[in-house]
Parts: sequence; structure tokens; C-alpha cells
Amino acid sequence: MSQPILEIKDLHAGVQGKHILRGVNLTVNPGEVHAIMGPNGSGKSTLAAVLAGRDGYDIVSGEAHYLGQNLLELDPEERAREGLFLAFQYPVEIPGVNSTYFLKAALNELRKHRGLPELDAVEFLQFVKERIHLLELDEALLKRAVNVGFSGGEKKRNEIFQMAVLEPKLAVLDETDSGLDIDALRVVANGVNKLKRDDNAQLVITHYQRLLDYIVPDFVHVLCGGRIATSGGKELALALEAKGYDWILGCNTCAGCAAEAA
Amino acid sequence: MVTTLEPQIETQPRTAVGKDGPYHSALTSWAPAAGEPAWLQTARRIGLNRFSELGFPTPRDEDWRFTNLAPLTALPFRLAPSASDHVVNGETLASLPFAQLPGDRLVFVDGRFAPERSAIQPHTGGVVVTNLAAALETHAGALEPHLTRLASSEGQAFTALNEAFFTDGAFIHLPARRAVADPIRLVFIATGCEPGAAVFTRNLIVAGAASQATVIEQYISLGTDPHVTNAVTELATDDGAAIEHMRLQDENESAFHLAAFHGRLGRSTNLNLHSLALGARLSRYNIRACLAGEGIEAVLNGLYLADGQRLADHHMIVDHAQPNCASHEYFNGILADKSKGVFHGRILVRPGAQKTDAKQTNKNMLLSDEATADTKPQLEIYADDVKCTHGATIGQLHPEHIFYLRARGIPLETARRMLIHAFAGEIIDRVRSTPIRSELDQIVWDRLERHEPVHVGAHN
Ligand SMILES: Nc1ncnc2c1ncn2[C@@H]1O[C@H](COP(=O)(O)OP(=O)(O)OP(=O)(O)O)[C@@H](O)[C@H]1O
Ligand SMILES: [Mg+2]
Repeated sequence: MSQPILEIKDLHAGVQGKHILRGVNLTVNPGEVHAIMGPNGSGKSTLAAVLAGRDGYDIVSGEAHYLGQNLLELDPEERAREGLFLAFQYPVEIPGVNSTYFLKAALNELRKHRGLPELDAVEFLQFVKERIHLLELDEALLKRAVNVGFSGGEKKRNEIFQMAVLEPKLAVLDETDSGLDIDALRVVANGVNKLKRDDNAQLVITHYQRLLDYIVPDFVHVLCGGRIATSGGKELALALEAKGYDWILGCNTCAGCAAEAA
Repeated sequence: MVTTLEPQIETQPRTAVGKDGPYHSALTSWAPAAGEPAWLQTARRIGLNRFSELGFPTPRDEDWRFTNLAPLTALPFRLAPSASDHVVNGETLASLPFAQLPGDRLVFVDGRFAPERSAIQPHTGGVVVTNLAAALETHAGALEPHLTRLASSEGQAFTALNEAFFTDGAFIHLPARRAVADPIRLVFIATGCEPGAAVFTRNLIVAGAASQATVIEQYISLGTDPHVTNAVTELATDDGAAIEHMRLQDENESAFHLAAFHGRLGRSTNLNLHSLALGARLSRYNIRACLAGEGIEAVLNGLYLADGQRLADHHMIVDHAQPNCASHEYFNGILADKSKGVFHGRILVRPGAQKTDAKQTNKNMLLSDEATADTKPQLEIYADDVKCTHGATIGQLHPEHIFYLRARGIPLETARRMLIHAFAGEIIDRVRSTPIRSELDQIVWDRLERHEPVHVGAHN
């Protein structure tokens, strides 16, 4: 069996004194697609932020290994260069930073890290144009500042477009489907599926079965109160869709949900 | 960081011109140059008297609350002697920003025209590009209605001093419908041969109806000693003139730079004015734009970078005297270390100036906890059908932006630089001339690069 891409063991983490993740265990192997579902505030984005290395999160205890390395010791840019990609739930607008310039800088950092020569402007544009069509995004967006004035849907598609350019080993998609119309959802899901390979993996955070009709997960996990309350195959998502989260055994009794209910 | 609103303690009484003051002997021994026209001699005398009465501004003056001139007024007053042109060699000139641009180059060394260092193409159609001292001999009649009349020295100590002491500068005259395609470049070099010496220059641009030109003023120092530059530019435009005016102040870190721009704009004038304040220990740029006809569009655009203990001050008065004009002011400051940025923007909408569209923004990015920015908008509106907005921000780099870039593999330092550069780019992008814009972009990028490492605000 090959080395797992991601291995999280009993991870406890929080932010600003708030204990959010309370013992997450998760193993993601090459070629796998994992879906993470769970009620609002259960810690999904927190998990994504901790994996990507966002400042301000405290790791209380536990471990996270990424391709055999201690993930938690790496700077966010090191993680990205090692092939970890986070598609943000709320992509931020960055006025004044041109999209093409930004993406070229990012890609060349990655290529440098992989020992590949930097792409020149012409090669880069060629490469990027193929990928932008995959996401059916308007090329004109490349001339604009990063996410500035993009519609909600464009922002989400832009995240997956960046994923297509950077070709990560582990993509963490945080509610990429929310805010997308039906057509855009299909386009985005198609894009994600085309990027799937035997040697990479995807961690898809979502609230809706809808997305999982297109991006078919090998595993579905329910995060609740900062813990994975239950895991299953793709049929688990269908059950959740039909019955809601209350149905999950123990969920009503876990600390987070109890607090929420109170 | 919050705006400091307390006035500073006055540290410098008005003794500069008093019996023991450094300016005393210069003022008492002053006599107008014999060859100058009588009207100019009169103006100089008025300037001299005004300065003697006013003395230097102190923090007690509302317009100087945040900019303490004590270090300047402590300097002995010395007029810069004429330096030899040879202090400035061809290599130095070639290394200056915009050296590769086509077009006229007028070089002034310590306030005096350096013909051997300058290159003025022949112009047709009555276009005049020359130095002011020469123009006073050849075009005195054309100068008289404008020179020292556009820039009022009333209540303005530094303009008054300039009026009394200016030695030279440029005179640009564009007759109606004449366009000068290539930028006209005015290069002001302070040699610092005599530490502390003061240079007084004056430029006059008279733009006829539907005329068009781009003018660059650039100020540099050769040495590192303190010196004083006092520079005034006057502009008068007629109907439909289109002027782009770029000012690049990049003097040494000990220099005191006091500048003023006075524009009297005629109907449908299109003015794009840019100020890049990169250098000097203390710089102050007074911008006065009088929108004296209908349908004027004025963009006043500025970027200041300061580090160490340096201070950059912009002081604007936009006077909407006629209806249907638009004035847009955009000033961004990037402040490191213990530096200070000052912005004062007054918009005056006179009675009857209906449909005025006046907008003002001042944004400051603080790269250190010790940097400060003082910003003061001031709207005085005496017409009812107007659109006037102002906004000021003082902040640090946005941690969310930094994280987004890092999460894509861009190193922290590069991410910071990209964001600071983007902030500067908001201003640089407004420069219309493409070669000027790209060169400025490079200059600012290099300058930011030099300043490492920069500080990011809250980390969470
Ligand atoms: N910076 C913060 N400071 C304080 N509390 C925070 C912070 N960030 C997140 N939290 C809290 O942590 C909990 C988990 O938030 P998180 O964003 O991880 O939830 P989520 O599962 O992604 O929810 P959603 O489905 O709504 O996106 C929430 O209660 C949230 O309010
Ligand atoms: Mg979330």
C-alpha cells in the first residue's frame, strides 16, 4: 500500500481561545475522494484552515502528516508548494494584484520547487488559457485584479481554475458548490473530476448531496462538534440528505451539538 | 493607528527673520536684480515684506499643525551660489529617471539653467520652451500677466520667499491648438555643494485653448547633505487645454523640500496632476487648483513613500468657482519606520458652482507601528446641487490577503511586496503617459524592494 497523502491523528485545534477541533482522525490515500459534511459551525472550515496553515490557529494536540512530512510545521507557502491546495469558502478580493501576474508568480514558485524551469509569458498564457476554458471562465478575468468585482460564482470557479493551473496533490475544497448555479456546479464538478488522478486526492467539504452527484466520493465523513461523528460510503450523503444530521447516532449528545441546541 | 489630532507643541518661535534670525541678513541686504522688469521687482519686494511679516509657519498655524518646521528653521539661511554645470556630468543625467524619454530636457543646477546639460528641440507654431530667466528678457510681456500672479503669496511664507528669491525655472508657452507630443522634462538638481543652501525655482506654464502637453518636474540631490528646495509652479490654462503634470520628488534623506503648484484652469480644461514624493527629510507640496471655468476635469493624484523619520505632507485646496466641474483627488501613502504622512484636502465649492463633482480619497498604509498618518479633509460647500465625497483610511497590510497569496505558494515577503506594490499601483495606474507610467512603476517597485522587511499588521 502506498503512503497516504494525508494522515490526521487525534487533532485538537482552536482559534482565539475557542476549542473547535476535538480529536479529528482522517486518512486520505492517493486516488481517493473524501467528502466532509456536517452542520454549520461544526469545524469544517477550521479543519481546512489548519491544513492550509492559516495564521492564528492553535494546535492543541495531535498530528497531521502530509506525504510523510509533519504538515503542521510547514509555512502555508511551503504546503502549497508541496501540492496542498485550499479552495477558499470565501475567496478574498485583492485590489491591485493582477490575476495573471499572481497566477504566474504562484505557478513559477511551484515549478521552482519541483525543479522545473519557469514558464515564460507566452508559455504561461498558453497553459492558462487551456485551463480557463476547462472552467468556462471568461479570459477577460485574467486581466482583472484577483477576485475583484467577480461574481460569487466566478470567485468559486476561479478557485477551481487556480487548482487546474497548480495541479495539487491534495485539494481541499471548502464549500466550492455554495453560490454556484446548476450549470456552474456541473462545470466546476467536471473540472474537478478531470483533475483527478491516481496519485492525487480531493477533500470536498459540502452541505449538499447535489455536488456529490457529480463528484462521487469514495468516503463521506460527518464532522460534528469538532469530531468525525460517523463515516461511510457515498450512500451516507444520501441518507443525510433525506434525514438531516439529527439522525446520526450520538450527534445530539456530542458537546458541540449539545451547546448548539442549548 | 489613529489620526493624531492634538496640535504639536510649538518648538520654534517666529524668530527666523528677527534680528538674530538666520534670515535677517539675507532679507535686509536684499536688492532686486537690476535687469528685471519693474513689475517683477515690485512682486519680489512684496514677497520679501510678506515673509518678513509672516516668518515661518509654526504648528499653531492650522495649515501646519502636523508638520513641524523646527529642523528647517534651525538651519542657517544661505542662498545657493551658482554651481558649475560640470558638477553634473552626462553619466549622472543618463542615470536619472525618464532619461530615455524623447522630448525637451531642461536641466537646472542649484536653481540655475544649465544650457549645456539641456536639450530643447526647435518648436514651431509659437510654442516656447525655455528657461524663465531668458524668457524675462525675450518674453516679458507674455510673463507679466501670470508670473507671481497665479501663485498668491498672501499668507504663504514659502511662496513669499520664493517670490523674493527665485533664480530661474522653466517657461512653457503653448499657443492655442498647439500640442507638444513628447514630454517636456524639467530636471532640478541640487548639488549640495554648500550644505544647507537654499534653492528657489519658479516655473510658469501658460497653455492656450485646446493646447496639449505633458510636463515632468523631477527633483534630485547629488550629495547627502541637507539642502533646501523651494519650488513654485504656476499654470494657467485656456478653454479645453489638456495638461498632464508629473512631479517626482526624490531628494536626499536630509533635504527640506517646500513646493507649491498653483493652477488657474479655464473652461473644459483637462488636468492630470501627479505627485510622487519619494525623498526628502521633510517635504511639503501645496496644490492649489482654481477651477475657473465650466466643464473642467481635474485629477489630482499622489503617492508618498516615507521611511526613517521622514515626513511627506500634501496640502490641497481645490476651488470650484464654476458649475459642472469634476475634481478627483487620490492620494496614497506608504509609511515605514517612524515616518509620517500628512494630507490636508480642502474642497471649496463656491456659490453657484452647481453640479460640482468633487471626490477626495486619502489612504495610508502603515508598515510599522510607529509610523503615523494625519489626514484632514475639509469640505466647504456653498452650492446645493453638488456631489462631494471624501474618505480616508489608515491601515496595515491585510492578513487575509497575505494568507491567500501564501496559500498559493507565494513566499511571505513576496506576498507583502505584491500587496504594497498594488497599493502604490492604484496611483501609478492613473498616469496617462505609458512610458512615464512604466518607469514610475519600476522606480517605486525598486524603492519598496529596498525597504525590507516590512511589517504586517495583526497576524490573526
Ligand atoms: N476566528 C474565530 N474566532 C472565534 N470563533 C471562531 C473563529 N473561527 C471560527 N470560529 C468558530 O468555530 C466554529 C467552527 O467554525 P467553522 O468555520 O470551522 O465551521 P464550518 O463547519 O465551516 O461551518 P459552515 O458550514 O457554516 O461553513 C464556529 O462556531 C465558529 O463561530
Ligand atoms: Mg465553513
